[in-house]
Amino acid sequence: MAELTYREAVAAGIAQEMRRDPSVVFLGEDVAGAGGVFKTTAGLLEEFGPDRVVDTPISEQAILGAAMGAAMTGLRPIAEIMFSDFFAVCWDLVANEIAKTRYMTDGMAGCPLVIRSGNGAGLRFGAQHSQSIENWAMAVPGVKVVAPSTPADLIGLMAASVRDPDPVLLFEHKALYPTKGDVPDGEIVDELGKARVLRDGSDATVVALALMVPRAMEAADMLAADGIEVTVIDVRSLVPLDTATILASVAETSRLFTVEENPRLCGWGAEICSIVGEDGFWDLDGPIVRITTPHLPLASAPKLEDLALPDADRVTATIKTALG
Amino acid sequence: MPLSGAPYGEHGIVLPEPFDESLKDAPIDLEVRIELFRKQHEIRQLEKRIYDLFLQGLVRGTSHLSIGMEATGAAFGVALRRDDYSFATYRGHGHTVARGVGPEPIIGELLGRATGLVGGKGGSMHLTSVEHGMMGCYAIIGAHLCIANGAAWSAKVRGTDQVAVAFFGDGATNIGAFHEAVNYAANYRLPTIFVCENNLYMEYTPIAEVTPVKHPAADRAPAYGMDATVVDGNDADAVYLAAQAAIERARSGGGPSIIEAKTYRQGGHSRADPGQYRPDREVEAWLAHDPIPMYHQRLLDLGVGEDRLTAIIGEVAAEIDRATEAAKSAPEPAAEALWTNVWADGGSQWRN
Repeated sequence: MAELTYREAVAAGIAQEMRRDPSVVFLGEDVAGAGGVFKTTAGLLEEFGPDRVVDTPISEQAILGAAMGAAMTGLRPIAEIMFSDFFAVCWDLVANEIAKTRYMTDGMAGCPLVIRSGNGAGLRFGAQHSQSIENWAMAVPGVKVVAPSTPADLIGLMAASVRDPDPVLLFEHKALYPTKGDVPDGEIVDELGKARVLRDGSDATVVALALMVPRAMEAADMLAADGIEVTVIDVRSLVPLDTATILASVAETSRLFTVEENPRLCGWGAEICSIVGEDGFWDLDGPIVRITTPHLPLASAPKLEDLALPDADRVTATIKTALG
Repeated sequence: MPLSGAPYGEHGIVLPEPFDESLKDAPIDLEVRIELFRKQHEIRQLEKRIYDLFLQGLVRGTSHLSIGMEATGAAFGVALRRDDYSFATYRGHGHTVARGVGPEPIIGELLGRATGLVGGKGGSMHLTSVEHGMMGCYAIIGAHLCIANGAAWSAKVRGTDQVAVAFFGDGATNIGAFHEAVNYAANYRLPTIFVCENNLYMEYTPIAEVTPVKHPAADRAPAYGMDATVVDGNDADAVYLAAQAAIERARSGGGPSIIEAKTYRQGGHSRADPGQYRPDREVEAWLAHDPIPMYHQRLLDLGVGEDRLTAIIGEVAAEIDRATEAAKSAPEPAAEALWTNVWADGGSQWRN
């Protein structure tokens, strides 16, 4: 067991897979020589060389096109899109090409690749470098979507994503990069489509993702101090989605709260609420409540950004009010 | 006022240059030329059949024909090695045929049959046959130039000498992905061959009205440190020679190439377009610059008997007739096919 930062876990996860499989290659802007603008990929160029760790021009379409064409012809590329906001300039490759290739070719061709990206707010970068876009991604049939919240999950889900025969978008949360966590020794391989129950409580189920997971856990502590015990579930994977774990928990607690960083409309929690509303309706004792960033662009000023994102106080207050 | 100087809608007429008769003496084996002849007929006759099937109401959706543009696809189809990669556009029937895919799965795909090349899930704009090196037809302009780079990069990393060819129209040269792809390929000296089939019209608008250079692909090449070749895209020999040179360069580590093949689509952009925006004089001149009768005459001039050429045309026609009937009588996809092959496990499950 070692303690790693979430930042260090990125390179550790990529390196684990590159050591295992020579067909794994890695490309992106400033990822090789500079080790990544968030220093997440330091050391990879030195270990694996410039043929497998490639600094690209600022050309997101060229990056994802290269990853896709390589994936179709025998490699297992990992591509970095530096900030997830930049998916907007290469969405054609993601939504029209990579996601649809296997279906449009009726299984003849596939894109076993990983696109990893720095997602989310908290760094005061303003509206174009802070978005949580996991809900854009999950709206497109044909891509898998994961968003780990701890260093161990990051390594394990990176490995599962690289080994998956289908395209996976892996969202790292930028505000989690300095956080630390225990990482088991040896190879770590996780599973896509498995949520994790982090805390058990009988009064409500709280479902969260990425940066919202530690905030939900903090809220759970605050609620416990007031005698309210909640279950906290880290969704981890939006596609495939572990609805069974969520539905089983709601069957126990009878109440559901989602804690989402994405802006309100069509956030991932809306899909979970819809599923619980359809499949778990008779287990519910009260309204489902979504706690989200409002439907706003994000502001840069710390005070305004902090007001926009759900925090432990807001989660706590919302749950207390809803539970009466 | 466009940069070309002509008032909007009054673009200059672009007429073909006469065929270069000296290409008759080009160093191309006669059997290679017979193959170029056959492939051009395979494409022309298939496209004409697809057009007939439209008129019969059997082909739904849209379709983009390459009648008049067969020489480029045929030339690359002959010049490429079996394990090389082709990436084409929504106007890709011809490029698919050129890589050796038969007419039956193509017609079946257009008729929405279970026997279609991709099971009815792709349609006219998404023909793919990986076993033939036909890595897909891409219907969003520009993306596949970037994707072809990936296949080229992969060949380099895997240590093979395969090359990747991206075919695209003149309109694609004004989208960002073109410039990203060419810069990327040039920078990493990838074995990618960019083939612009310049048919003078981006869709309905003349390319000259929206582009400040004469050769929309070739004139951009110097910006990326590349030379480009402009060829008569209606002369299979001219394209074949250019293809051979570019393929050899790519295979030997010399990096990417841009070829601009000047051609003309004899019909409109798509099924919905009668192409009436084109001046009569221009259309007539290009109809007279048809790649297929010219090549027929060239082979006669080279001493090939008319009977041999007629026999090839007849073989192709018979196969297309047979394929049409087979496709027409094939079943539609089973309802279950809707749910298959989203994922590699064959299914479409997104939740448990």
